[in-house]
Amino acid sequence: MKEKLEQIYKEAKEQIEKIDMTQGLNDLKVKYLGKKGELTSILKGMGSLSPEERPKLGAIVNEIRDSIVIEIEEKEKELKQKELNKKLEKEKIDVTLPATKITRGSKHPINRVIEEIQNLFVSMGYDVISGPELETDEFCFERLNLPEGHPARDMQDSFYITDEYLLRTQTSAVQARTMLNYGGNKPIKMICTGKTYRREDDATHSHQFNQVEGLVIDEKDKNVSLSDLKGTLEIFMRKMLGEKTELRFRPSYFPFTEPSYEVDVTCFKCGGKGCNLCKQTGWIELLGAGIVHPNVLKMNGYDPEKYGGFAFGTGIDRLAMFKYGITDMRYLYTNDVRFLKQFDRFEK
Amino acid sequence: MKLSTNFVKDYVDIDVDLKTLAEDMTRVGNEYDSAEKLIPATKLVVGKVLECIPHPDSDHLHCCKVDIGNEIINIVCGAPNVREGIKVIVALDGAVLPEITIKKGMIRGQESNGMICALYEIGLDKKFLSEEDKNGIHILGEDAVVGTDPVKYMGLDDEVIDFELTANRGDLLSILGMAYEIGAIYDKKVRPVDISHNEKGEDINKIFNVKVDTENCKLFLARKALNVKIGDSPDFIRNRLIAEGIRPINNVVDISNYVMLELGQPLHFYDADKLGDTIQVRMAYSGEKLTTLDGQERSLDENDIVIADGKKSIGLAGVMGGFDTEITEGTTNVIIESAIFDGVKVRKTSKKIVRSEASNRFEKGLDPNRTYMAMERAVKLLEQYAGAEIQTGTVIYDKSDKQDKTIDITSKNINDVLGAKISDEEIIKVYEKLGFTANKNGEKITVTVPKRRLDISIKEDLIEEVSRIYGVDNIQGTLPVTPMKMGTIDKTEREIRNKMIALGLNDTLPYILINNKDSHKFTNDKFEELKLLDPMTEERNTLRYSIIPSLYKLYEYNKSHYVKDVNIFEIGKGFWKKEDKYGEDLKLAALMTGEYYLGMGNKKNVDFYVIKGIVEEILDYLGYENRYSFVIPKTEIAEFHPGQVAEINVNGEIVGIVGRIHPAICKELVYVSEINLEKLLAKKTGKMKFKEISIYPEIKKDIAIVVDKNITSDEIAKAIKSNGGKLLIKSEVFDVYEGENLPQGKKSIAYSLTFGVNDRTLTDEEVNPIIEKIVAGLEKSFGAELRR
Repeated sequence: MKEKLEQIYKEAKEQIEKIDMTQGLNDLKVKYLGKKGELTSILKGMGSLSPEERPKLGAIVNEIRDSIVIEIEEKEKELKQKELNKKLEKEKIDVTLPATKITRGSKHPINRVIEEIQNLFVSMGYDVISGPELETDEFCFERLNLPEGHPARDMQDSFYITDEYLLRTQTSAVQARTMLNYGGNKPIKMICTGKTYRREDDATHSHQFNQVEGLVIDEKDKNVSLSDLKGTLEIFMRKMLGEKTELRFRPSYFPFTEPSYEVDVTCFKCGGKGCNLCKQTGWIELLGAGIVHPNVLKMNGYDPEKYGGFAFGTGIDRLAMFKYGITDMRYLYTNDVRFLKQFDRFEK
Repeated sequence: MKLSTNFVKDYVDIDVDLKTLAEDMTRVGNEYDSAEKLIPATKLVVGKVLECIPHPDSDHLHCCKVDIGNEIINIVCGAPNVREGIKVIVALDGAVLPEITIKKGMIRGQESNGMICALYEIGLDKKFLSEEDKNGIHILGEDAVVGTDPVKYMGLDDEVIDFELTANRGDLLSILGMAYEIGAIYDKKVRPVDISHNEKGEDINKIFNVKVDTENCKLFLARKALNVKIGDSPDFIRNRLIAEGIRPINNVVDISNYVMLELGQPLHFYDADKLGDTIQVRMAYSGEKLTTLDGQERSLDENDIVIADGKKSIGLAGVMGGFDTEITEGTTNVIIESAIFDGVKVRKTSKKIVRSEASNRFEKGLDPNRTYMAMERAVKLLEQYAGAEIQTGTVIYDKSDKQDKTIDITSKNINDVLGAKISDEEIIKVYEKLGFTANKNGEKITVTVPKRRLDISIKEDLIEEVSRIYGVDNIQGTLPVTPMKMGTIDKTEREIRNKMIALGLNDTLPYILINNKDSHKFTNDKFEELKLLDPMTEERNTLRYSIIPSLYKLYEYNKSHYVKDVNIFEIGKGFWKKEDKYGEDLKLAALMTGEYYLGMGNKKNVDFYVIKGIVEEILDYLGYENRYSFVIPKTEIAEFHPGQVAEINVNGEIVGIVGRIHPAICKELVYVSEINLEKLLAKKTGKMKFKEISIYPEIKKDIAIVVDKNITSDEIAKAIKSNGGKLLIKSEVFDVYEGENLPQGKKSIAYSLTFGVNDRTLTDEEVNPIIEKIVAGLEKSFGAELRR
């Protein structure tokens, strides 16, 4: 009997090994373990054995049964894995084929630089203020200490639409508006960015361009001074052009500030050694700045005896050109999609 | 303003080289454009032509043997005026001239080891040269020493800095003013101007009158020089004029220019014999005619200041003299005018006629003391270099203010503004260097500013002077100590931009100036176009109202550069005039054409529904979900496809438009939209607020109906919604079909309806009656048939 059982186990094991489909395995399950299976029939035939032998044989049958169950289970696992592998193999794709492109737009380099400047100044407590592009002569010139006939108006040949209205030549126009809004008794810390227009068009000047203007006004005893202007512009320029950037303040003349300065920065092409961009001087003229002229304060509701401060302005186009290495200003305005598409990603 | 260093050295010593001088001037606020030798050519020597024979192989070249001091070299020369015995300028092998570098070589088989030069070849502009020098080599004087530097011999060994001066520093439009500025930088004294001369005869006041009949002339001086001998100016005057960029003419005319350059005061010389005995200064009569010295007849008006001879005008004050009284070769007696005219008036007239060195100086303002000085200097030079006899006396009309300005200041005033710690002594030193006087009285420093510095009138100007001369480099950068507060920014525009970019469009910055023909396109709005008074080009003569014309230009540009997929937008201003009001609105416009997204077998071309989808995304993102609709315009807009255009209605007002550009304008499929952001953002939005999420499943039911083709989806959706009640959460179109199996003029439209409620699972028993109600409503309103 024992021999027969071992024979059954051997046979079962061989058959299980040979099987390569789940279906066949189920048949074997029935054959060996089912109600009419071989082991069951042996157990059924145990009645003829002596009471001493019965448990012994029962134990052997159970042992063999368990072994077969394990064999089958293992085989089952193996087959399932095989079938899964086959399925996976079938589903294999060429992952190097092009993706379904999700369209991504781009942000114009000028707007990128504007946002960077706004973020910087907001972090220093400045309010970002906007003003009209179609301005009046009063705000663009008169309230900035540039009365009619002033020679400095020549520097800014303008697009007038009437005797009174013109496209703003400078974001400085927003200075006067801000001062009037703040009512002459509150400190001001603001910047304004945006489009400006002058009647000139050549390789380095576009009749439409962009500026940023800054204005800080506080009570006189708070001493918003030239050294503060210097420190502020150092932070501004080093953020935009790199930590190594040096500034040079050259006394200059703007009717709305006194003293006035033109501010040069270390040439961003050659780092100050001298090259064709900086005309061998090592410096690039980038900003205009100064201490707000008492006439400007007075005309816009601030008492120059009590209040004082500084203002500065710069062109954004050149900063953007430097930042992204744009070689020709015209790219900024022709808006070739192949140009725009180059500015379609996140920058730290 | 060009600065001849030879010229300025008459008045101040300069111990530094040219580049240093230019840089130091820049640091005190006088930016320079260039700093160069007047004659930049190198390796030039005086040579003597020993032999000059025709070139064997040429009809115009000559073979010369030229003594250059240490050797005799062969030079082939092509100039018509080369000949034996003359002294010439020789550029040696290796010489760098403005146009060429000289190299030894053969010219048509003959050795040539240098070049005999014309003046224009060594760097002088032809406009300064005599006819002879324009057409040939320059012939040096007999006394030129062979082998020495010809530039030095000619007195052209000058160095010139070209400054870009600021508008307030009219005082620097003179050599003397420059001398003061240089003196301030290097702490050097300025030498006095030589005005010594003799006078003779009876006082001019007995024979000559000056009548000033206008407020616009505050100072007028007249003197008379007799028996001038017109001829060439001495070399130093000619050379200095050339260095300053002015063409020498003759000694008398040159002297008037020379004094203007030297002292900044423009002069005018009249031929006394053509003038009569009176000069009158007055405003022109409207329509008055005057022939100026360039021979042109000018028509004047009451804003032009004129010089008249008592009857008719003979010159435009400060701008240009008259033809009739001009100095000519035959002039013997000269009336000299030194005067001050109103800058604003001169500026206006000169803008109309011609901007000149003189008008520029009047515009910037003049020191009356200098007006007197210039007169004396002119007669001195006329006596010395034109053989003139100076008639006794000066006719003077003087209402000018010659008083020096006195301003009180303290070191605290200065240090507060500059954020520095500069001592009283250092401050006083700065003012003294500038040639001001500064006296300390306790805290107070009293500064007397000479009249020549017209730009200084208030404390702040004096502070600037300290910062200029003391140097901003010596001031440490700090940050303003202002009350701590958060900076504020309205990020709406930025958010919209980022959203548009996320939707796949490219941010642009087109020009806002367009052609007036385009200004009313893509809109039915009523407004007046805003044309520029003085446009640069007709192409850009008007401010845009809609952004779409700007974007369309960009589309055309891209198309002509073979870019077909153009998906762009701008957030910018549109400008208008309505009745008497001017204004501008922030707008968002988009233009889309070509492929929208790409990928193998997954391409999607832009169509109406893509751009409409973009518009909806923006509206939803800004909080207007369920608050807008797309409405067919009541009147056609010519630039849009009449069947593919919709106005965007938010909370009952039209805020924008979306549609396809009319095929007559553009045969490609180009779609545009524009939203007036000012109008849109003024509308109320829904609040972003949490709503409880139902835990019970929703029921979806589909219905398809057949209706007339003209019934819009929007109308049907509204009807469904009104009959759907609270349990209908959502209805979505999922299919539209026309054609086979449907009667002509009908379409089938299929909706997926979603029902649900928060507190239970709905049953068919609850939902079916709603659907029946919806269908009944559709039947009633549109004659719709349910498709089974």
